[in-house]
Amino acid sequence: MLASILASGVAVGAIYALIGIAYNTMFSTSRVMSFTAGQLGMLGGVLGSLFVLRLGLPPIVGFVAMLACCALIGVITEFVAVRPVLKSLDQHLYVLSTLALALMIQQVTAIKWSTEPQPFPRLFELGSGTLDEKFWVPVAACLLTIIGLELLYRKTLVGRAFLAIAEDNFAARALGLPERNLRIASYALAGAIGGLAGFAGGQLLLAFFANGPLLNFYGFVPVALGGLGNNRGAVIGGLALGIFQQAANFLVGGIFSSVAVFCIFIIVLLLAPQGLFGSHVARRV
Amino acid sequence: MSNASRALTEPLPSSPVRPAAWTTLLPFVILFGLAALLPLTGNDYWGLIATRAAIYWMLVSGLSLIVGFAGQLAIGYVALLTLGAYTTSVLAAGNVLPPLPTFMALGVASAAGAVFGVIVGLPALRLRTFYFAMTTLGFATIVTQVALAWQGVTGGGIGITGPEMPAPFNTAWGFFYLCLGIAALCTWGTSNIARSRVGRSLVAIRDAEVAAEASGISKARLLVVVFMFAGALAAMAGGLFASLQTYITPDAFTFELSLLFFIAVLIGGRGSILGPLIGTLVLTILPEIAAPLAAWSTFLYAFLLLVIVLAMPGGIAALLDFESRKPLAFGRAVKPNPHVLGELLCGERGTSSLVLRDVILSFGGVRAIDGVDLEVRPGQVHGLIGPNGSGKTTTLNVVSGYYAPENGDVTLGASLEPAAPATRAGRGIARTFQTPRIVGEASVLDNVMIGGAIDGRATFMESLLSLRRHRDDEARMEADALLALRAVGLEALAHVRADRLQHSELRFIEIARTLVLRPAFLLLDEPAAGLSSVEIDQLGRLIVEIGRQGTGVLLVEHHADLIFSICDYVTVLNLGRVLAAGTPAEIRVHKEVVSAYLGG
Repeated sequence: MLASILASGVAVGAIYALIGIAYNTMFSTSRVMSFTAGQLGMLGGVLGSLFVLRLGLPPIVGFVAMLACCALIGVITEFVAVRPVLKSLDQHLYVLSTLALALMIQQVTAIKWSTEPQPFPRLFELGSGTLDEKFWVPVAACLLTIIGLELLYRKTLVGRAFLAIAEDNFAARALGLPERNLRIASYALAGAIGGLAGFAGGQLLLAFFANGPLLNFYGFVPVALGGLGNNRGAVIGGLALGIFQQAANFLVGGIFSSVAVFCIFIIVLLLAPQGLFGSHVARRV
Repeated sequence: MSNASRALTEPLPSSPVRPAAWTTLLPFVILFGLAALLPLTGNDYWGLIATRAAIYWMLVSGLSLIVGFAGQLAIGYVALLTLGAYTTSVLAAGNVLPPLPTFMALGVASAAGAVFGVIVGLPALRLRTFYFAMTTLGFATIVTQVALAWQGVTGGGIGITGPEMPAPFNTAWGFFYLCLGIAALCTWGTSNIARSRVGRSLVAIRDAEVAAEASGISKARLLVVVFMFAGALAAMAGGLFASLQTYITPDAFTFELSLLFFIAVLIGGRGSILGPLIGTLVLTILPEIAAPLAAWSTFLYAFLLLVIVLAMPGGIAALLDFESRKPLAFGRAVKPNPHVLGELLCGERGTSSLVLRDVILSFGGVRAIDGVDLEVRPGQVHGLIGPNGSGKTTTLNVVSGYYAPENGDVTLGASLEPAAPATRAGRGIARTFQTPRIVGEASVLDNVMIGGAIDGRATFMESLLSLRRHRDDEARMEADALLALRAVGLEALAHVRADRLQHSELRFIEIARTLVLRPAFLLLDEPAAGLSSVEIDQLGRLIVEIGRQGTGVLLVEHHADLIFSICDYVTVLNLGRVLAAGTPAEIRVHKEVVSAYLGG
């Protein structure tokens, strides 16, 4: 029992962590928290099932096609819901515009795909029990993403440009960095990461249109608790959340576990509004 | 008559008067009048839709205070509708306690809604926008899940019957009139709130939070009251909704409903009551007349939301605001009337000075102020000058409570509480800001009236019901504000939206806003920045007269001419320390000041 709690906890935790990283990736270049993060995860599952099961493409082709589609959705988000409201960031219009876009994505999926959870294909036919692929694939995806992002940020010029913009947007622009193109690129990257989360977790969460709001919330919790823009916080928070949630699921039942998660989330945020690993106080006057 | 002389005799197009009461009332009368005639059609289906719209409007009217006025993005408000529906149904059915009469159950549900309204709203006091939107969403999910799980009480997925109404409200049309009546009351009450100091303060918190604090508005207290009120309305709407549905299951309370409420407010326009009312009607009726769209209604709502945010942020209210499209006169000049100040600032002032003793404050490793001593006497115009970065504005921020000093204290008779900006207005300290903090969407008069917020005596309930004390408050605040506007020379623009004014006029609005407080001490942060030399002269005369009326003025300014011509006393800061202090004549010849600051 302990083993299965840990296996499923770490697996869903890895999915939440990936959604959290998607939030952070969009946030770092635009200072925008986007409601589309969870929908990207939902689309990863739905598109994976669509390409591989329904259209019968080989898993690897379906995977690449899914990544491309989600990256495209990311870019569309930037064009439609983010860029027009960046001028007045302090009015928080992005909350509304990204929410609107997220709901549109969800509704189209519900009508064009299905309102029932659909099966997701097995990918490798590897492992069984607590080592079943549905448990280790999300963890592997999360690990690969972290390593990939580290390499990107540390070893490549583009990655360093990302960091520069995240650190100080004005200074980065003054140095002549193509801020707008980098922002578009980061939204595409976030789209792919979100899609990867949904695809890797497809066998656990299934291809279900209503996964969006769920992933939105559970992906946001680690980001909020770890501090905005902090990927390490998102991963630690995501894994902790996943294990806690699964443990509560086994011990007190599903509904009360979500109540418990919600209450802890609110209490921690009220005590530490900047998150446990974040810190900054903006100058007001 | 020549053109030029006619232009002088004609009233300026820039002086719109306050719209008469009946023109603001007319659309409401028409809407509710038409609704009251609906039973004549004998069409039960339209009666049902209209009843539903009336119930939704009860909730939206409260929500518009939160979303539209206070700017808090409470998205999951369906949670409170659910809560009210289940509380009323369960109490009326007697699942837990002996059955209660329906109206008593409704009352209990409203009380529960008030409590939960505050619980849902509390995070807004500490968390940023997106976080708050997220927590309300999370709350909405949880309420539905609890309704599903708590089978013994709520009937779980099978549901529960809604409360039955006693006669004469047990017929479809009887129930319709009940709901219509309550909706009309809600409209009246929320309009009263919107036009009271509560409404103005909410908008100030939304658009100029720092200025609201400096005017003594306590965000926490205000929001808690409004969350209670909106929660009670939403829960009452929920009880009536359950009665209308006759049978409720958790499925009845979809996120789509939440979205409808939220978008109705945004379509309607922030800071309006008529707009959200029209928005509610449109969104309730739209899916009915376009039946094939029913499956796509969430998409439609979301699309509308996107269009509003990107193309029409002002909503319906902005479309209906014809007054703000008339051009204002060109070449306006601000002509203050300092002699009016005697009438406005009359009355008792304390005799204590505003004193800073050895105040130290650093940011990171930099000492922004490093042991500043300063005394401003009542009636003194005290200039505070120094090069950029010498700590002038930081000193003001310590006095007005935005920063807590690390060492030393600030006293006005008794010591001033550190890091509590909202307490300063109560101690008679008012201030202006380097960048004017103005509510652009409110009229000039409303902006100035915000400054008098702490003078209001009426409670929320008295404002809601427009009782005597509320009306007295409003009349007095408006008279004060008009007087202050006359003093700074802007009375002709009193009813114009503030964001249509030019920069120099905004500076004078800020001064008028401080004057209605009848401050003992006034802190001015670079009031002359961006003003023409004529306007600076006018400003100088105004400040001198303010001092003469007994108000101590602490003036931070870069215009040396202004400082030396109007100040009684000047303190010079450099690198966070007092470099020199004395009369303007002494400072002018002070060696170090001349070399450090005046140059030469």
